[in-house]
Amino acid sequence: MSSLPTETIEITVRSQSSWRSWMERLGPLLALVLVTLGFAIADQIWGQGRFIEIRNARVILVFTAPVAVAALGMTLVIMTGGIDLSAGTASMLCATVLACTLNADYPVAIAVIAAVGTGAVCGLFNGLFIGVLRIPPFIVTLGSMTIFLGIAKHLANSSTVFVDRQRIPEWLSKFTSTAPPHWFGWFPNIPSGVWFALAISVVVAIILSLTVFGRHVLAVGSNEGTARLCGVNVFATKLYVYALAGVLFGIAGLYSFSLLRMANPGEGIGKELKFIAAVVIGGGSLSGGRGSVLGTLAGATIMGVISSGCDQLGVVNATQDIMIGVIIIAAVSIDQFRNRRQE
Amino acid sequence: MVLVWHVPEFTKGVGSRWEPFLHDPCPHFVLGVLRDVQLLRQNHSEVIISKLSLNDRAPLLVMDRIGKRFGATQALRDVSLEAFGGETLALIGENGAGKSTLMKVLSGAHAPDSGFLHLNGQPFQPSRPVDARRAGVAMIYQELNLARDLSVEDNIMLGCERSRFGFVRTIEQREKVRRALALLGHADLSPQRRVGSLSIGVQQLVEIARALVSDARVMIFDEPTSSLSRHDVQHLFAIIKRLQEQGLAIIYISHFLEEIREIATRYVILRDGQTAGTGSLKETTDKQIVSLMIGRSVENLFPTVPHKIDESAMHVDRLAGRKSPCNVSFQLRRGEILGLFGLIGAGRTETLRCLFGLDRVERGRVRLNGRFPAARPSARIRAGIGLVSEDRKGEGLAQKLSIADNLTLSAIRRYSFFGLLRLKSRHEVVAKWMKRLSIKARGPEQPISQLSGGNQQKVAIARVLHQDASVLLLDEPTRGIDVGTKAEIYRLMGELAGEGKSIIFVSSYLPELLAVCDTVGVMSRGKLRELRRASDWTENEVLSVAIAADNEIEREKDSE
Repeated sequence: MSSLPTETIEITVRSQSSWRSWMERLGPLLALVLVTLGFAIADQIWGQGRFIEIRNARVILVFTAPVAVAALGMTLVIMTGGIDLSAGTASMLCATVLACTLNADYPVAIAVIAAVGTGAVCGLFNGLFIGVLRIPPFIVTLGSMTIFLGIAKHLANSSTVFVDRQRIPEWLSKFTSTAPPHWFGWFPNIPSGVWFALAISVVVAIILSLTVFGRHVLAVGSNEGTARLCGVNVFATKLYVYALAGVLFGIAGLYSFSLLRMANPGEGIGKELKFIAAVVIGGGSLSGGRGSVLGTLAGATIMGVISSGCDQLGVVNATQDIMIGVIIIAAVSIDQFRNRRQE
Repeated sequence: MVLVWHVPEFTKGVGSRWEPFLHDPCPHFVLGVLRDVQLLRQNHSEVIISKLSLNDRAPLLVMDRIGKRFGATQALRDVSLEAFGGETLALIGENGAGKSTLMKVLSGAHAPDSGFLHLNGQPFQPSRPVDARRAGVAMIYQELNLARDLSVEDNIMLGCERSRFGFVRTIEQREKVRRALALLGHADLSPQRRVGSLSIGVQQLVEIARALVSDARVMIFDEPTSSLSRHDVQHLFAIIKRLQEQGLAIIYISHFLEEIREIATRYVILRDGQTAGTGSLKETTDKQIVSLMIGRSVENLFPTVPHKIDESAMHVDRLAGRKSPCNVSFQLRRGEILGLFGLIGAGRTETLRCLFGLDRVERGRVRLNGRFPAARPSARIRAGIGLVSEDRKGEGLAQKLSIADNLTLSAIRRYSFFGLLRLKSRHEVVAKWMKRLSIKARGPEQPISQLSGGNQQKVAIARVLHQDASVLLLDEPTRGIDVGTKAEIYRLMGELAGEGKSIIFVSSYLPELLAVCDTVGVMSRGKLRELRRASDWTENEVLSVAIAADNEIEREKDSE
C-alpha cells in the first residue's frame, strides 16, 4: 500500500449477496428439501407413513455420515481440479487396519491412530505422484485404487475381518448406533458420529473459506498457472490436499467399521463413485475451482434420503440406482443451464 | 428493371451518374441502389451521390440499422455498415463498443432485435452460426479454433468432409485443400502436417483456408495480428490482399491504426453500440479516429509522466534458461522503464519468466537490493519482483475467482490473523486499489470473467502493486486493450517510475515502447542484442536489429 488513491472516481461497491448467488449456494439444499418432501408425501399416500419418523431420520443420518465425511475429502480434491478414485478402497483399507489392530489387542487409541494414519499415508502416496511427477490424478489414483485393495486383502487374508464384540470399545459401537431415540427434554439424541461429521464439516468449511490454505486450494483449482505466478507452492498445496482427504477417508473407514463391526476390503470398490456423486450433486465442478461443503453435505444426504425413502416405499434396489443416476445428471444439467444463462 | 421506375424521381440533375449502374447485370445491385435511394430521400443528396459514384458496385453485405438489447443494456443501436467485394472494411472501436456483438449478429450467434441484413442482395437472417457459414460468412477469431492433433487437411475439411458411404473421399478432398492453399500462396504447405507442429502464423493460414473451402464471400478477421510476429503480420496482409483480389469482402477488426491503414480503405467506428463515424481512411487522421473512438479528443496517445532515474536496483548477470534467455546481462535502475523489443520467440517472455523464477534458470544471477533471491516465484515475490503475464486468460488471472481473490493472491498471508483471513480488511484494501486504478466493476467480489479485457489487465497490475513489488515485469500489458485504457496504463507506469519503482516493459508494439520507455533493448534468439536510450533509437534501427538476427535463424533452419 505504497500509494494512496490520487483520483476520486466513483465506483459502486455492492455486496455480492445478491439473490442469484444465494440461490447458487442454497440450490442443493433446496433440492434436498424437495426430495425429502416428495418421499414424505409419497410415503403418506402409498407407504406406511414411517418415512418422516425421527427414527428414520436417525437411520438416514447415520448412513449418510460416512459418505459425507469421505465426500468432504473428495470435495477438497475435486476443488484442486483433481480426482481420487482410490477413496473407496483407501477407506476400507483403513477399516481393515482398524479391525486387525483391534484383533491384535492393541489399545483402542493406537488402533484409531493407525487407521486414520493409514488414510494419511494413502493420501500422501497419491499426492507425491501427482505433485512431484505430475502424473494426472486420474491415472495415479486408478493405480493406487487397486494397490490399496490388494494391501487390504493381504491384511485380511482375502476374507472379511470380524472383531469380537468385547474388543470394540463402547464409544465406537455407539458412534453410529441406530437404537431408538430417547429425548433430552425436547432434543433428539443424535449419535455422536453424526455430530462428529458435522464438526468436521465446519472445520473443512472454515479451512476452505477463511484460511490462506483454502485460498490456495481454490486458486490451484481454478487456474494452476495463476497460482504458480502468485508464488503459491502448487506441489505442496496438492500434497496437503490429498493427505487431508486421505485422513477424511480414514475417518470414513472408522464409520463403516462402526456400522458393520467388521471390515471387508472388497466393500470399498465402487464407493469412490458415491463420494464423487455427492460432490457433483452438491455443485462441485470436476474441472476444479468450484465446490462447497454445504453442497456436498446436501448431496450426500440426498442420496441417503433416496435410498431410505425407496426402502420405505418398497422400491427395489435397481430403481434406486436409476434414481440416483438421474439426480446426478439433473444436478449437472441444471448447473450448466444456469451458467450458460449467466454468460 | 425496377430501378428505372424509381431512380428519376430522386436523382434530378445527376442522371448521367446513374448510367453505369443501370447496365450492371448483377441482380443484387438493385437492392443496393434502392437502399441508397431511400437514404437519398432523407439526407443531403450530394453526399449520397458521391458515395454511390465511389462504389460502382453494390455492397456484398449490408447491415442496416441493427439493434440489439441484452436485458437493460442496449448493446447496439441503429448500426449500419456495408462491405464491398474486393475491399477491406476496418471496424474500429474500444472494447465494449459493440464490435463483437455486431459480428456475432452477422455470424448468427445473436439474432438482432431490429434491422436487416442483406448478403449478396438477398435478405439474410442467420439463426445459427452454421447458417452464416453456409451462406458464406466466415469468422477468423483471435483465438484459433483448430484441432492441434489433426493434420492440416483434416482441419481444413473439418465439418465439411467429402464422403461416400461414410468413407472420406481422400483424393477429392486433398485436391480441394491444395487449391485453397494455393489460392493463399502456400501450395508448399504439406496437408499431412500436424497442425500443432506449425507456428501460430501458419495455423492462422490453415484457419483461413478452412473458411475458403466453405466458399466464404465475407471474411471477418477479429484482431488477427495480436498473437503474430511482425513477419507473420506482413504475410497475413499479403493473404488478405489475395482474398480481396478474389472478390471477397473483408471486415477487419483491430486496435492498431497503422495496420488498419495498411490493409483497409474504409472504416466504421463504433462507440457505445452506435456508429460514431464512417468514411475513407485516406481522408481521416489518426487523431480524428481516436477521438471518434473514445468520444473525446486526446492530445497524447502516449502520456508520459516525468520521472528521474536513480541508482541501480537490479543487476542481472548472464541469465540463462533452458533455451532462452541466453546469457542476458543488464542493469535496471530505480525509476527506470526498460523496454524489451523482439520478434515472437526472441526470448523476451522467457527472460521475464526466468527473472521471476517461473521457468528454470540454468545459469546466471539476479541481484536485488544486495541479495540474490532463490529462483522461485515465492522467493522472488518476497524480494520485490512482480510479473504480469502476457497470457491473461490462461495464466495471468484465475477467471472463476473474484477480483479480490485475484488481486491479493500473491500476498494473501498479509490478511492472515492466527490462521484465519480478515476478509473485511481485505475487502477494503481491494476497493482502494480498484479506485486507484479506476477498475470498473460491481465490487471486489465480482468474478474476473465478467470484466472487460482492460479492467482485467488492471487487476493483474494491481496485484503486483498490492504485493509491494519494486521491480515490475510487464509482459505485453497493453495487448488487446482499448486505446483509452492503454493511455491510463502508460500514465500509471510513469507514475510508478516516479515513485522509484523499476519497470521492464515487454511489447511487440514499437511506437509505445519508444514513447514510454527510458531505455529500449532489442532481443533475438534469446540474446539481448543491443541496449540504448529510447531517444537514440529509430523504429527502423530497432527493426533491423531484431530482424537481422531473425534472418540468421532462418538460414540456420534452411541448412538443417
